[in-house]
Amino acid sequence: MQFFGATEINPSPPAVTASGNNAHMIYIFNRNGVCLLYREWNRSLHTLNAQQDQKLMFGLLFSLKSLTAKMDPVSVEKVNLGVPQLPGQGCSFHSFRTNTYKLSFMETPSGIKLILVTNPRTGDLRESLKYIYNLYVEYVVKNPLYTPGTPIKYELFNTTLDQYVRGLG
Amino acid sequence: MAAIYSLYIINKSGGLIFCKDYGSAGRMDTNDTLRLASLWHSMHAISQQLSPVSGCAGIELLEADTFDLHCFQSLTGTKFFVVCEPGTQHMEHLLKHIYELYTDYVLKNPFYEMEMPIRCELFEINLSQAVQKDRVALLGR
Repeated sequence: MQFFGATEINPSPPAVTASGNNAHMIYIFNRNGVCLLYREWNRSLHTLNAQQDQKLMFGLLFSLKSLTAKMDPVSVEKVNLGVPQLPGQGCSFHSFRTNTYKLSFMETPSGIKLILVTNPRTGDLRESLKYIYNLYVEYVVKNPLYTPGTPIKYELFNTTLDQYVRGLG
Repeated sequence: MAAIYSLYIINKSGGLIFCKDYGSAGRMDTNDTLRLASLWHSMHAISQQLSPVSGCAGIELLEADTFDLHCFQSLTGTKFFVVCEPGTQHMEHLLKHIYELYTDYVLKNPFYEMEMPIRCELFEINLSQAVQKDRVALLGR
């Protein structure tokens, strides 16, 4: 588990691998599973309504985390399958890939989960997710009017996020 | 140091039909492997539902902190997946090769019952050879 010492935004965002808009959507969940933010850029397929979709996504991440924690071939001490774990405990994962999309995942020590869904050919997005987390800290957490645990509805955060994601490889 | 930690084969309804461990730490009993297999089956299905574009066939590669999981699904719905060291290459070829071995030594075995656990000696022999060869090829690179 990595901790993020500096909260100030890096002067330059991490280098992008290619140009063009190939991000599909982003989800931000808090540790209770409340969806703080959902944005989509190009999503042609909607199989479920928004709330069901978010619940399914959170469930998928939760279960995949317990799967990786149990499957971890390196650690000797493993908890039973399905036992809830604190952020940073046990083996987690950072991305998975299917033939149509790639999902990158990051969990912060406070249990905030950031999920970015992109084109399957995108490279490693861990640094980009850290940068998005920094945006969240700067534009949302430091906003005195923001009540923690409520959906994010800030124009400035959304436009900055859109701008950053549009330039993402 | 093992490049491949374990191999699982699950049938089209999510039941574990073959599991082989090549030296992962910690102990996992049969119930745990069965649970993991059916959990993977469900996660594979859910990932198709969440796809932003149509035509999704499920997770191919899961990158965890300490391992990579490569999954191959055959046209009939049987899933093969290997747990290997992070960054191991050419796992798709190995999975396709294992699928070939499965069709040759398991499906063509007249005593094998479909969707039931695999107990075929020839399959196991050829499988261990394939994994060994992969390991040697890895050391050579």
